[in-house]
Amino acid sequence: MWCLWTAVAFGQGDHPVGNIFNPQATPAESIAHLSVLVLSVCGAIFLIVGGLLAFTLVRFRDRGNDGHEPAQVYGSNRIEVAWTVIPFLIVFVLSMATARVVIAIQNKAVPPHALQVTVIGHQWWWEIRYPELAIVTANELHIPVSSLAKPAPAFLKLQSADVAHSFWVPQLAGKTDLIPNRTNTMWIDPRQTGTFLGNCAEYCGTQHANMLLRVVVQPEAEFNSWVAAEKAIAVDSGAALFFSLSCVNCHAVSGTSATGTFGPDLSHLMSRATLGSGAIANTPETLRAWVKDPQAIKPGNLMPNMQLNVRELDAVVSYLSSLK
Amino acid sequence: MATINDILERPREAEGVPPPSKLHDWLVTVDHKRLGILYIATSLAFLAVAGLQAALMRAQLAFPNGKVLSPEVFNRLLTVHGTAMVFLVGMPFFAGMANYLVPLMIGARDMAFPRLNAFGYWIYLFGGLLLYFSYIAGEGLAGHGTAPDVGWFAYAPLTERAFSRGTSTDYWILSIVLSGIGSTASAINVIATVISMRCKRMTLGRMPLFVWLLLVVSGMVIFALPPLTAAQIMLLLDRYLGAHFFDTQAGGSAILWQHFFWIFGHPEVYILMLPGFACASEIIPVFSRKPMFGRAAMIGATIAIGLLGVSVWAHHMFSVGMAATSNIFFAVSTMLVGVPTGIKIFNWLATMYGGKIRFGTPMMFCVAFLFQFLIAGLTGIMLAVAPLNWQLTDSYFVVAHFHYVLFGALLFTLFGAIYYWFPKVTGRMLSERLGKWHFWLVLIGFHMTFDPLHFAGMLGMPRRIYTYAAGRGWEGVNLLASIGVIFQIAGVACLVWNIVRSARHGAQAGKDPWDAWTLEWSTSSPPPEYNFAVLPEVRSSRPLWDLKHPEDPDWKYE
Repeated sequence: MWCLWTAVAFGQGDHPVGNIFNPQATPAESIAHLSVLVLSVCGAIFLIVGGLLAFTLVRFRDRGNDGHEPAQVYGSNRIEVAWTVIPFLIVFVLSMATARVVIAIQNKAVPPHALQVTVIGHQWWWEIRYPELAIVTANELHIPVSSLAKPAPAFLKLQSADVAHSFWVPQLAGKTDLIPNRTNTMWIDPRQTGTFLGNCAEYCGTQHANMLLRVVVQPEAEFNSWVAAEKAIAVDSGAALFFSLSCVNCHAVSGTSATGTFGPDLSHLMSRATLGSGAIANTPETLRAWVKDPQAIKPGNLMPNMQLNVRELDAVVSYLSSLK
Repeated sequence: MATINDILERPREAEGVPPPSKLHDWLVTVDHKRLGILYIATSLAFLAVAGLQAALMRAQLAFPNGKVLSPEVFNRLLTVHGTAMVFLVGMPFFAGMANYLVPLMIGARDMAFPRLNAFGYWIYLFGGLLLYFSYIAGEGLAGHGTAPDVGWFAYAPLTERAFSRGTSTDYWILSIVLSGIGSTASAINVIATVISMRCKRMTLGRMPLFVWLLLVVSGMVIFALPPLTAAQIMLLLDRYLGAHFFDTQAGGSAILWQHFFWIFGHPEVYILMLPGFACASEIIPVFSRKPMFGRAAMIGATIAIGLLGVSVWAHHMFSVGMAATSNIFFAVSTMLVGVPTGIKIFNWLATMYGGKIRFGTPMMFCVAFLFQFLIAGLTGIMLAVAPLNWQLTDSYFVVAHFHYVLFGALLFTLFGAIYYWFPKVTGRMLSERLGKWHFWLVLIGFHMTFDPLHFAGMLGMPRRIYTYAAGRGWEGVNLLASIGVIFQIAGVACLVWNIVRSARHGAQAGKDPWDAWTLEWSTSSPPPEYNFAVLPEVRSSRPLWDLKHPEDPDWKYE
């Protein structure tokens, strides 16, 4: 309960603990089922061999009662064959099980109207594009919930704008890397709504630790209204000062002259639970603190302290607060 | 009037020349025993430094949102800790054990190439110092220094100039290239020595298992180091001469680096581990009072590991998006290499079974090694199953797995080897009482740190993060893991104290304190510079057993 409270308090949503044995989507589930077989086999081997070892240590300890050496046994070909063949058989069984799951996950056919999302990794945030819906956002991947009756898998194309990253939301799927100059693919079909927390899982530099990922799974209706809101152009009359500053060199706001791609898209900034890819929660106070000095919150990240004076800060924050 | 003895022992004094200083002797030595001691002492010094670096990392990770270290400092620590442990501790341990013991065990007076041996040691030492020098080079102490911070496997393109400004990556490259020369030199030396300098009637089949294992390791070093050196030179070309091998912004391939690195990297972990097996294969039979069960199978399994071990490298790359067929191939090959490794565990077990086990400190470390290596092998099988690997790779589960191998298995056998061969090297026994304290403290500390980290990985904690938020389920396991460090430091302190005290006040060891069976125990402790006054002749793999038991010699059964 305390975990849940802290999770909600920190804006971590309803699924903050990425337990690989609590799968909520098909790929993670196939892996969890396979792991039952693997853990049973490994567990049995441990108990048998470990048990024999423990028995040997007790039964054959030197009790010092005579000065004779024990019988000098050099080996046994039959025993060697036995404990070569049995492991081979175990390897065979595990190989078959492994191959089946690899093929099921990697070679899944893409249904014709499946949701397609492109995720592009950056140092230290996630660019998320829905090409068919003409939406661009950052750090939170919204997808509609799936079910066994009505499957709605989302297919992700994974790319990188700089160094290698890795997409890992343990309750949904195994991790797949985002490698520059290469496109990888994966799919997820979460069957529970809520926000699933994940991390970048390939060391990518200073703030690798704070490159968090949120997969927001919504009922279909809610997802559709999110899409509609995202498509709406974000504009505010108090924007004049914003556009005269250099923010527009890095950030994009749809429907405006701000088309920068080095930093996250800000079109619907206020719809997100956090700022800085999970560095802090998104509230009026933290937004002001971030714009004032992002280095104090996520040191080493690529947004410099722009040294805004109070008037500029007021204007920028008021403009950003309007980007719902 | 100089006698023949004077000329042999102190030739320059016999001619009226004053004796050189002890320091000078050590600096110019080409004697395999002295170089072996230099290798081991230096690797233990690096072990202490890199270990303290890890202790700092664990202090930062003990609590969520830790403020003990900045991300830059933490990332440098994790890189240098890993790099130093692999290249400046693990590989020199192989070189040191091989150089000291191989000539003694095969009845030779020195290695085949004594001067190459010395060169290898000194270039290793300077390569290692270059790595640590990077902490104060460049921006110097006023800035953060330029120690490398790209992780010990330095994935591209993070290491390209665009993302790694300054010279930190170059220090990583150059220090490894230099110390790698030392390892390659030792490997060449071991192979040449074993092939051409075995004493009379010591066929390859009669060589101690220790020598066999190091022979196979040497072959793997010669296979594995070149791809790493080639990749590092390609990276230097990218960084300074405008090449684009790994420069993805210009069409280069990040995955190419990974293939080159892991074709080195996987045999490397066997190179690290097999010398530990070598030590265990000498200690376990002696302390069980029985010969190794299935010698031929052990040799065969070692060769199988050496050959199969070069076909599994892409199990480090299961998540990069290779085709299903490739993933399946590497999963199967990785599981297959588990078979000969398992056979070794069974043979060690069978050696102890039916014996009369004496629980001296060397044996206690080897028993812990057996349990811990069993677990490490099983978590390795879990990681070989590609889909499970997709969840567990790059998480703390992998960190726990490889520390089980390198600390739980390798370091424990290294500790056992120190207690076993220290008497031979110095002529004095280490204290058994302090040894037991050392053992229990590191055992408790090791498990307290690395057992919980398996669970951190299974709960989604990725590796190489300098901090984490509360509420992810990671707090308890991280705190426990950090407390374990205290016990480990206490245990190693016992070892250091034991060595310092026993070097002067330890009990006299004599030639053969353990009642063992290989040729090194037939010399005085320490051995004379020339090892054997008369080169021995052997009829079996346990020549001293044959001498001690003329009524029941091994050669009747081998």
